[in-house]
Amino acid sequence: MCYFAGALCAPCGLLVLPQSYTKETMQSFTKDLFVMGKIIDQIKQGKILVSDGAWGTFLQKKGMQPGECPEEWNLTHADDVLDIAKSYIESGADMIETNSFGGTVYKVEKYGLADKVFELNKAAAEISRKAAGDKFVLGSVGPTGKLLMMGEVTEGELYEAFKTQVQGLEAGGVDAIMIETMTDLDEARLAIKAAKENTSCEVFCTMTFDKTVDGEFRSMMGIAPTDMVNTLIDAGAELIGANCGNGIADMIGIVKEIRKANAEIPILVHANAGMPVYQDGETVFPETPDEMATLVPKIIAAGANIIGGCCGTTPGHICKVREAVDKK
Amino acid sequence: MSELLAQIAECIEFGKINKAAPFPPQMKGQDGADELTKQAIEEGVIAQDILTEGLMVGMQKVGVKFRENKVFVPQVLMSAKAMSTAMVHLKPFFLSGEVKQKGTFIIGTVEGDLHDIGKNLVSMMVEGNGWKVVDLGTDVKAEQFVAAMKEHENAFVGLSALLTTTMVNMEKITKAIKEELPNAKVAVGGAPVTADFCAKIGADAYSADPQGLVEYLNSQVA
Repeated sequence: MCYFAGALCAPCGLLVLPQSYTKETMQSFTKDLFVMGKIIDQIKQGKILVSDGAWGTFLQKKGMQPGECPEEWNLTHADDVLDIAKSYIESGADMIETNSFGGTVYKVEKYGLADKVFELNKAAAEISRKAAGDKFVLGSVGPTGKLLMMGEVTEGELYEAFKTQVQGLEAGGVDAIMIETMTDLDEARLAIKAAKENTSCEVFCTMTFDKTVDGEFRSMMGIAPTDMVNTLIDAGAELIGANCGNGIADMIGIVKEIRKANAEIPILVHANAGMPVYQDGETVFPETPDEMATLVPKIIAAGANIIGGCCGTTPGHICKVREAVDKK
Repeated sequence: MSELLAQIAECIEFGKINKAAPFPPQMKGQDGADELTKQAIEEGVIAQDILTEGLMVGMQKVGVKFRENKVFVPQVLMSAKAMSTAMVHLKPFFLSGEVKQKGTFIIGTVEGDLHDIGKNLVSMMVEGNGWKVVDLGTDVKAEQFVAAMKEHENAFVGLSALLTTTMVNMEKITKAIKEELPNAKVAVGGAPVTADFCAKIGADAYSADPQGLVEYLNSQVA
């Protein structure tokens, strides 16, 4: 995308374009020539990639208090956020996310930061870009917390909210937009659409599933892994998958379902370090790095292309996942 | 008459708000909770019966189905919408005292946590089961819970949290409430919360789903 296109291609002068080219054709042209699907390309070449681990729990270890706006830390505690980003690169991740999960206006307005959406997301992307070097940066986009079906927001309002966020992320240098923790298909679809139509980044989307009493996987809104496949791909997602809600053991089942529904689509998993337990006044995620790494061959066999962590996972987990992937 | 109440219950169970509502598809064009409740009142059905034998029956059914993962959040929300539409017709009877509520339930998302989908869902389910609900919103501090409980005597209180990091505030709040009001009953819930956690922090009730809370509350006033 633009970060590399600007840095590598513009100075070399190989591109001589007719003046009649619009900005859009330029973008799609350069995208096709040099940067189309950098991450997806690697997957198509058969590579298994490693993503990063948790950010939220890490920020709390750095001293962020409940009730603080995590995205504001991109401006006020940029060095701490950079430390987190670096720690995952140092653990061997091929890509890291950005500290922008709650970066839509509907989240940051609760902290009086409604007019800073672009700035907060741009800063988030710049920090991860700085840490990543030649590794990839995925701009994190989480749900707004608003329910479309209750009329709390319109589709147009959601689209605009995601648009501002992804534009900020692209301006800060992300390679891909990572829409994640989605439970509602319509909200996911609008986020994908906003990212596709307003950035030249690769667009990825993962949803969060829980296990029902019958042992099936469903999102909070009742969506099964197989239900999401066509909707997300039709909306423009180049990679789909699951994050949060489960440890890696249950993620294997989810990946199998997606793979059964679609043999081609690249799949990413960001698994929790097991399910939280309460010990001595704090919540801990019990799965150790070794426990997580043990299941890596199985999730690859099930069809996953990118493996990383969500809540409770640490650089230690990612380090072990890296080792397990390299052994394959 | 009981046929009409059964129809009302069905509208709540399946989230049929009114005749114009397209949802659920199998009830398209039929009268919804809105029309049928109005009709029942006009036909002289006792308001209390409309609530307990019509609306609440439907709410119970959707609550149980939600617990069994037979339906998900969207269906519950539609049921709650149908319920609140019907309640508009019953409001005068609540105000006059002709229809009695089972008690008062105070609810809020705990300090530091701004998530409200789960809390709102529980509010609607409890209200739909014949309780008065006082919703304190999100990021609610211990003092606010205590103040509300002093204002509404004998009320039950529910604490909600979505995050593992804010869930720990439930302990502080539960202790503060119990210190001021030793007989208070505190229920806790939310994605990361467990029965074990509930016991450890000294709260009185935990449920993984709204229906369990409704059953707990009902058992306390039975």
